[in-house]
Amino acid sequence: MITADAPALPTGAPQLPREHFLNVEYGVKSWLLTTDHKRIALMFLVAVTLFFFLGGAAAALFRLELLTPPGDLVSDHTYNKLFSIHGVTMVWFFLIPSIPAVLGNFLVPMMIGARDLAFPRLNLSSFYLFVIGGLFTLVVMFTGGLDTGWTFYTPYSSMFANTYVIAAVTGIFIAGFSSIFTGLNFIVTIHKMRAPGLTWFRLPLFIWAIYATSVILVLATPVLAITLTLVGVERIFHVGIFDPAIGGDPLLFQHLFWFYSHPAVYIMVLPSMGVVSEVITCFSRKRIFGYHFIAFSSLAIAVIGFLVWGHHMFVSGQSIYAGMVFSMLSFAVAIPSAVKVFNWTATLYRGSVSFETPMLYSLGFIGLFTIGGLTGLFLATLGIDVHVHDTYFVIAHFHYIMVGGAVMGYMSGIHFWWPKMTGRMYPDGWGRLAALIIFIGFNLTFFPQFILGYLGMPRRYHSYPPEFQVLNVMSTAGASILAVGYLLPLVYMLWSLRYGRIAGPNPWRAKGLEWETTSPPPTDNFEKIPTVTEGAYAYPERKETAHG
Amino acid sequence: MLGLWVQLSPDRASTVAGKVDHLFYFLIAVSVFFAGLIFTLILVFAVKYRRRPGNEIPPATKDNLMLEILWTAIPAGLTVVIFLWGARLFYHIFTPPTGTIKINVVAKQWMWKIQHPEGKMEIDELHLPLGRPVELNLISEDVIHDFFVPAFRVKHDVLPGRYSVEWFKPTKTGKYHFFCSQYCGTGHSRMVGWVYVMTPRDYQRWLTSGQPTDPLAVTGERLFQRVGCAACHGQESNGRGPSLVGLFGQTVHLQNGRTRLADDDYLRESILRPNAELVEGYQPVMPTFKGILSEEQILELLAYMKSLPPKEGEVQP
Repeated sequence: MITADAPALPTGAPQLPREHFLNVEYGVKSWLLTTDHKRIALMFLVAVTLFFFLGGAAAALFRLELLTPPGDLVSDHTYNKLFSIHGVTMVWFFLIPSIPAVLGNFLVPMMIGARDLAFPRLNLSSFYLFVIGGLFTLVVMFTGGLDTGWTFYTPYSSMFANTYVIAAVTGIFIAGFSSIFTGLNFIVTIHKMRAPGLTWFRLPLFIWAIYATSVILVLATPVLAITLTLVGVERIFHVGIFDPAIGGDPLLFQHLFWFYSHPAVYIMVLPSMGVVSEVITCFSRKRIFGYHFIAFSSLAIAVIGFLVWGHHMFVSGQSIYAGMVFSMLSFAVAIPSAVKVFNWTATLYRGSVSFETPMLYSLGFIGLFTIGGLTGLFLATLGIDVHVHDTYFVIAHFHYIMVGGAVMGYMSGIHFWWPKMTGRMYPDGWGRLAALIIFIGFNLTFFPQFILGYLGMPRRYHSYPPEFQVLNVMSTAGASILAVGYLLPLVYMLWSLRYGRIAGPNPWRAKGLEWETTSPPPTDNFEKIPTVTEGAYAYPERKETAHG
Repeated sequence: MLGLWVQLSPDRASTVAGKVDHLFYFLIAVSVFFAGLIFTLILVFAVKYRRRPGNEIPPATKDNLMLEILWTAIPAGLTVVIFLWGARLFYHIFTPPTGTIKINVVAKQWMWKIQHPEGKMEIDELHLPLGRPVELNLISEDVIHDFFVPAFRVKHDVLPGRYSVEWFKPTKTGKYHFFCSQYCGTGHSRMVGWVYVMTPRDYQRWLTSGQPTDPLAVTGERLFQRVGCAACHGQESNGRGPSLVGLFGQTVHLQNGRTRLADDDYLRESILRPNAELVEGYQPVMPTFKGILSEEQILELLAYMKSLPPKEGEVQP
């Protein structure tokens, strides 16, 4: 058992604790100047939710445009701005900060039995950097737009685009430091501030996942910062880094960009994998199957993920032998992901499985991530990639990873820890309905895109030949269902803040230090720092009789 | 079928299309197997082990090293097979055979300018003879584009400042889409066109229709005289520049002590940035032709240079 000198829990209907991190102080200033990791997490939650719906609105508009083959709803230039801003906001202002900055911020100290992160003020500055970077992006979005795509390929971005490239890269540059600070903070905290008895192999797998993510954040983000700076410098001073007419190389940009942006995919999905490990165990009341394999597969993904960037460049003019090396390494990075999926599935075996909202999202994650991972094999296969590269097949694949994977994991985590963060339950029936709607809407939106891509429809097309229309209509129909699915949680989560049932410290009867304290937790998290005497997921086990 | 029928596979009109499809089907089979396995297990476990009275506290299960090794090794082995298959196909797709028809493609925002060796030009259309391997020599005037023919299952980026090669051998007459598949700005989705695969006889007829044209090499030779290349690089040159006779494909010794293969890219660069990689023994006196010669004209000059016979007494490397 975990021994924490928590106050005796009251019996009967749970009550909100008298004092907790939300009511200890009121007023705008108490939030804006807070160094409490939990309050910072909630501020991040508000910010990334805003960006999620902005990015989603852009997607809704271009999906409407794609309902019919000719470009008729918006102009081609507007269409290009819509998908560019969708990519920029979703990648840098939602997916990358989502789980680390919201759930990671809230949970890392609580899960390891600490009172805060190692550097609370650095944590607050990380939030402000994110806000400043986000403001740049909002200004770009609402004043002139950006039409380079989120990938900023040169020489288009450096010499030809006449939209707000410099402001956009500045925003991303600044937000990048938010990532770096957060990653650094987590690494130090996880190394130095674990509760007595909490050894590395007793850590929840969410912590392993966040640790692996933090390593990527700290090592990869500076490369992005440099690369985007070079684009800005090239645009202003025309120094010739990427311009072949004066001896530069446009492909250099792609190498640098993907050296960050491929690992960034793992920044998005690794934390979700961490969430799934927590949720699957809780709702099947089991120890995780293959703890060490899941933990080390996170690190393997983080390391090998740095060596696969060239698979974005198989048809770019990169040497075909380089292509072969990158293809081989891309297959290698698929193995640890497969190992995780097998272990999660095996965790259900002989469990006591229930299907509350977080579990539905996690099971959805496994299904959709499996499809995303398997279609990743298609793209890693050189001979196939030549055909499907830069088509809707790629769009479908990475949305299965980033939405089917990362966002499903995020939704799972938000629903799982919502009672811990707010002290109140959302209506589970509505939660399950929304999860189902999202699952159906998602598949209807993105599965047809695999076929579209194989048929040859290129990505980023404002108008398209009429034979692609049926599949595009299906996709747009799915997107409208998806929109309903995402708006529902916004409504019932807000509703629950006031009217939700009081959750009590541990509504899911979950294991883990964060459940040992009140909901919402006090500012210092624990009255007394707990001492840990056993591994993660020590759910009670039935003694085997002859026939179980 | 009731108007709901959706095409599931693109036209198959090149020698590699079938090969790509076969590997694609193999991967679908692998994916269906693994996704099916996972989904079935999840469903079975979810139903069989659902929480119900008597199953509130599950029995202990032990980790199983054998299983872990098995489900690491089997996918790993399978990916090796897929990798090798894919890599072989890739090598085939990007290694042109000999005896190809060489067609120049110049991309710019937002159109394709295509010129056949016989001098015939076309825009946003590409006429090809059936059954002959074709090599496209691709270059962009501005940003990166990409020449993609779904029915042929090939694409390659079209870079500024550097020639890229894409080849295929059409196997079915007909009309097929080609797309720019690398985002290139406002008119990206307008940068599309049609490939017409014709019988060799129809192709010949098409080539000779319309205004008569001179072969690229002939136009190139006229240009060579007109813009003044011949003064220094001609057959009776004044010795200020190296002779270009038989130069193509040779290794040249540079001023900086290095050597370089005189290929399309080197010759193009030497016209536009003459002093970047100067040949040993010559002074940096050549003016740049940047802004004077278009990409098309450079391609004509290259065609002329390649048409010159190899130098006597020298062996091609």
